[in-house]
Amino acid sequence: MTSVLIVFDRVDEQLTGAQAELLAHGTALGSEVVIVTGQLPANGAEPLAVSGITGVLTGETPIHAPDPALAELVQTAAGELQADLILGPDTPDTVDALARAAAALDTGLITGATGVTGSGAATKTVLAGTWRTTAQLSEGSPLIATLKSNTTSADLPAVAQAPEVVELPVSASGLVEILETTEVPSTGRPALTEASTVVAAGRGVDGDLSLVEELADELGAALGASREVTDAGWMDHSAQIGQTGVTVSPQLYISVGISGAVQQKAGMQTSERIVAINKDEDAPVFEITDFGVVGDLNHVLPQLISEIRKRR
Amino acid sequence: MPGSLHILTLVKWVPDAQLERTIGEDRRVERTEGVLGELDEYPIEAALQIREALEKSAPETTVRVTALIMGPDGASTALKKALQIGADEGFHLDDEQLAAADIYATSAALAGAITHIHKNHDADSQLLVLTGMASEDGESGAVPAQLAQRLGGLAALTQATSLTVESDRVVVDRVSGNTRQKVAAGLPAVVSVTDQANEPRYPNFKAIMKARKKPVTTLSLADLGLTAIAVQSKISLIAAEPRPEREAGQIIHDDGTAGTQLADYLEKEGLL
Ligand SMILES: Cc1cc2nc3c(=O)[nH]c(=O)nc-3n(C[C@H](O)[C@H](O)[C@H](O)COP(=O)(O)OP(=O)(O)OC[C@H]3O[C@@H](n4cnc5c(N)ncnc54)[C@H](O)[C@@H]3O)c2cc1C
Ligand SMILES: Nc1ncnc2c1ncn2[C@@H]1O[C@H](COP(=O)(O)O)[C@@H](O)[C@H]1O
Repeated sequence: MTSVLIVFDRVDEQLTGAQAELLAHGTALGSEVVIVTGQLPANGAEPLAVSGITGVLTGETPIHAPDPALAELVQTAAGELQADLILGPDTPDTVDALARAAAALDTGLITGATGVTGSGAATKTVLAGTWRTTAQLSEGSPLIATLKSNTTSADLPAVAQAPEVVELPVSASGLVEILETTEVPSTGRPALTEASTVVAAGRGVDGDLSLVEELADELGAALGASREVTDAGWMDHSAQIGQTGVTVSPQLYISVGISGAVQQKAGMQTSERIVAINKDEDAPVFEITDFGVVGDLNHVLPQLISEIRKRR
Repeated sequence: MPGSLHILTLVKWVPDAQLERTIGEDRRVERTEGVLGELDEYPIEAALQIREALEKSAPETTVRVTALIMGPDGASTALKKALQIGADEGFHLDDEQLAAADIYATSAALAGAITHIHKNHDADSQLLVLTGMASEDGESGAVPAQLAQRLGGLAALTQATSLTVESDRVVVDRVSGNTRQKVAAGLPAVVSVTDQANEPRYPNFKAIMKARKKPVTTLSLADLGLTAIAVQSKISLIAAEPRPEREAGQIIHDDGTAGTQLADYLEKEGLL
């Protein structure tokens, strides 16, 4: 019997795609799957009402990242349940909580895994997506790992009754003070890390996003950008793809006016298919494209968009 | 903010990301062409900017900026670069038993070194530990929080897009899920600094000359009072293979029909 703890720093009324994926992953691995979360929404454990979830553990008060009490909650839950495996999404807040919990539990941590087994091994790609590795817990227990999103095609388990919620004797620590919070503006488009198609804009768009937005909307795609674009303020930083932005791995990545520096490639080179439009035939992005167009995006995109409209 | 502040920056020696990086037979990343991790320049710059700001707002405060690196002999080149950028003093934790250290072992050893340095060099000063957002070979971003846990459960404010020191606390802007936060924690604390936070300065010739005279202390695990067991890794790499290289596919030059040809490709591949 494998006992799996799944850690979400917070649960909102709607699960994120990454959270749903983890539930699918966890329930496929474990015979006992318990969710640990710092915060539940107004409708309680309702969003976690899927088959295979044994219960939900929270603290006595809501705990907001980056409060280290989140790690204490995980540590307490792991002790109560004798967990074999602790999983969370690969987001900075969860990495922080699980890193602390791993030290407290004297066990190993693997971040950014693309898969885990019940026997303490995990696969991941490293060195900017150029190597595939398998790592194994050699000392200690449980294995603690964060999983990248978009790595399993497993369907979300069937809907069930909302699981029971139990409070553990842990509360917010007061070690960090949250002075202000503001929502990152929503784009109304699919989330970058979860979209099956991503259109990414580079400096070549020269501040005018109308064509890439039109293309993204036509394809139901998420819109991303190179660092030049977010640094220039043409798009929010949350749209940045690359080493210091998000990593995406969609079925189709369309790179528009991006040169393809190593730091940009690091965030997209595991995409299934890569298409690029760039007016410089020597742009490094062409080294990794499945289909490359050497041309001016201002000519190529309008034709592409109208052709796509015609064919659907 | 009276008294003294010690800003200890953590820097790592990593294989040059501009060159091809490989994992050797021994399942360790080859680092013959090692450099100071680019992302570890941001915490150094942040430390120097905090010092410059405090020199104006609280001239009675003395601020010391040091750099700590854990790595083999070759790592001294990266430490030297940190001194050229502007750290005052370097510490090099160099011990064979730390080869192939995982997150657990790295944070245990670094926590031991930080405790040692603070106790023996400036026990009376306030401590702020700054790290990069991620190492370019480990890429975990997990060392900062784990380190904070080991340093007696300090706050870790990770992924800072900006930071300032105000009286006895550090204030950080960061992103948490889909919200932006401004958070504060009292010192001592650990902060990881992103590439959004600043523009690292480039060492000029004068800075390079000056760095030659800056002190560097080499430390071993024994100096820290740590045994090999205390820094034993929990995770080992059991397999590594290069991902099949992406091959350049078809490239066309726009002759006025490229948009149509691209649509043909997408349709043929079932991507529309
Ligand atoms: C520490 C560090 C971290 C970094 N992290 C990231 C990261 O996460 N993500 C990232 O993207 N970058 C990152 N960078 C920056 C990276 O090195 C490059 O500078 C950046 O990716 C370049 O963006 P770009 O391709 O949009 O701009 P450029 O390199 O300026 O390229 C613009 C391209 O547009 C083409 N173009 C211009 N006009 C047209 C037109 N009309 N039609 C078609 N093509 C046109 C040009 O031929 C050119 O190839 C990082 C850098 C550092 C130092
Ligand atoms: N061997 C090391 N020596 C010094 N600092 C390190 C070392 N490993 C990690 N760090 C610090 O921790 C940060 C995050 O590293 P990582 O968790 O490996 O992604 C780096 O940017 C460094 O500041």
